[in-house]
Amino acid sequence: MQALARPQALTEEKFHYCPGCTHGIIHRLVAETIDELGIGEKTVGVASVGCSVLAYNYFNVDMQQAAHGRAPAVATGIKRVLPDRVVFTYQGDGDLVSIGCGEIVHAAARGENITVIFVNNACYGMTGGQMAPTTLPNQPTTTSPGGRDVKQAGYPIRMAEMLATLDGPAYIARTSVHNPKHVIKTKKAIRTAFEMQMQQRGFSMVEVLSVCPTNWRMKPVDALQWLENNMLSYYPVGVYKTVLQEVRG
Amino acid sequence: MKVLMKGNEAIGEAAIRAGCRCFFGYPITPQTELPEYLAKRLPEAGGVFLQAESEIAAINMVYGAAGAGARVMTSSSSPGISLKLEGISYLAASELPCVIVNIMRGGPGLGGIQPSQSDYFQATKGGGHGDYRMIVLAPASVQELADLTAEAFELADKYRNPVMLLGDGILGQMMEAVSFRPRTALPAQDKTWATTGCRGRARNVINSLYLDPEKLERHNRHLQEKFRQMAENEVRSETYRTEDAEIVVVAFGTAARIARTAVDSARMQGIRAGLVRPVTLWPFPDQAIKSVLASCRALLTVEMNAGQMVEDVRLAVAGARPVHFYGRTGGMVPSATEILREIQNIAGVAYGASVS
Ligand SMILES: Cc1ncc(C[n+]2csc(CCOP(=O)(O)OP(=O)(O)O)c2C)c(N)n1
Ligand code: SF4
Repeated sequence: MQALARPQALTEEKFHYCPGCTHGIIHRLVAETIDELGIGEKTVGVASVGCSVLAYNYFNVDMQQAAHGRAPAVATGIKRVLPDRVVFTYQGDGDLVSIGCGEIVHAAARGENITVIFVNNACYGMTGGQMAPTTLPNQPTTTSPGGRDVKQAGYPIRMAEMLATLDGPAYIARTSVHNPKHVIKTKKAIRTAFEMQMQQRGFSMVEVLSVCPTNWRMKPVDALQWLENNMLSYYPVGVYKTVLQEVRG
Repeated sequence: MKVLMKGNEAIGEAAIRAGCRCFFGYPITPQTELPEYLAKRLPEAGGVFLQAESEIAAINMVYGAAGAGARVMTSSSSPGISLKLEGISYLAASELPCVIVNIMRGGPGLGGIQPSQSDYFQATKGGGHGDYRMIVLAPASVQELADLTAEAFELADKYRNPVMLLGDGILGQMMEAVSFRPRTALPAQDKTWATTGCRGRARNVINSLYLDPEKLERHNRHLQEKFRQMAENEVRSETYRTEDAEIVVVAFGTAARIARTAVDSARMQGIRAGLVRPVTLWPFPDQAIKSVLASCRALLTVEMNAGQMVEDVRLAVAGARPVHFYGRTGGMVPSATEILREIQNIAGVAYGASVS
């Protein structure tokens, strides 16, 4: 039962997420990490615009809500004023890879000492399942009804790989939450990312592959299977950059 | 003690003396001396200077820093301010204090780099989305740039709202003697609402999302009440030779400096001219304008744009007197001679042949 107790870093507020959505699991992993590191009273979180916008109601820490895509800039402002606090952002793929592409790249390049939790569900969830920059080739969405045509709409962006080419980041990893084994690995990566920040090592980001059963128009189990079958090959999980002497992969 | 300083640099020095320790901005002419000054001075003063990747990033860094409780400033010029508008709306909605400097240049579009006043509408009528207001201060000298910068920080904290300092390229670049007067220190604002980590208190949330329309309306009512208080308490203006003036010029900033010369010349020619200079553009000094109407036969609004503030002058006058307009655009500056000619023309209409 121990494992099911609500982390202190989550409020009593009930999640509004759809059945089978993995945003809730990722929230829980972040909250458990905050508890384990004992940093709840010195953490400031930044919620972005997307399905997770109400994260400011869920994380039981000081929170700011940022404009669409700008969470890394908001986090930069907070961290520069309060360098001894722990600052994290929680962003979706439309938010981070599309409209906020500039902010994330520059925060990473500056080695801004913040932690970014990046939830990649291959679509715009909140606005009803439109195509995101992360939407897979041929994946149908409401704005790519015949499937993403790469000739017309271009190719998905692999953000973890892209940011790992920069000198600024201390830790960049991609994980998934489609089964318990991967959930445990995600938890470990999130913890490492926060520890990097606490050790003043610079920018850290965990890209978490996540499901959106509602907009993928699938049953929750089928969505998990779809993620495993389709997303893992395009977005391989692993540690893409670390300043620690860890084994890659 | 007075020192000779460029307007843009005087803003920077005044900001530091006002306790600002945080600046985020992106380079653009004609305000660049300000970030350059702060890039050197802020680290000396133990503060943060960060050149952001864009104006959008800069204003959102301001949001984060203001939310963390800092006295924070950003500056830009016209096209850059356009990019900041979404952020300014968020700052006002989330009730975060900050100072935004706009050293205006000619527009629209990329326009030019010469001085202009063509962002009056943008500054005073919202610019960004939603029902918000911000105090807009319009200095007319380097000394006033310094004084109003300090005041801007105080007003921002007092109302938990962004405040804009609206200058133009001439003011930013001109060198004048300036003294940094110690200000009667306001009691340091206790920013109990700031997100600094919730040690020993309930957690704080900075947010502008209200999905329930009733709650959003309640929030809007609260903001509107605050804006009403600003409008009631913070109007500032200056009048010059208006006591018996028959023709009153209304102008702000650089245009007001030039208009003042024209008013003096008109007086020497026997035309009883005067000047009203709004110092706050929002809230607009309606009363100052109404109060000169008794002796006044006509008004002339002079601006370095195609006619923006003139709409507020007409609203204040409410049809009681004719309101004329003279403006130059694109970075062209009206000369005192041009303004005098306008005054003479209007006087000619009113006085017949009595003016030579
Ligand atoms: C400036 C701006 N543009 C567009 C929107 C509308 N909008 C809200 S959420 C969203 C997409 C969010 O998708 P994502 O970041 O992938 O998060 P998800 O909902 O999938 O978790 C968009 C486009 C907005 N709020 N602000
Ligand atoms: S729309 Fe998708 S991402 Fe949003 S809560 Fe529902 S399942 Fe989750």
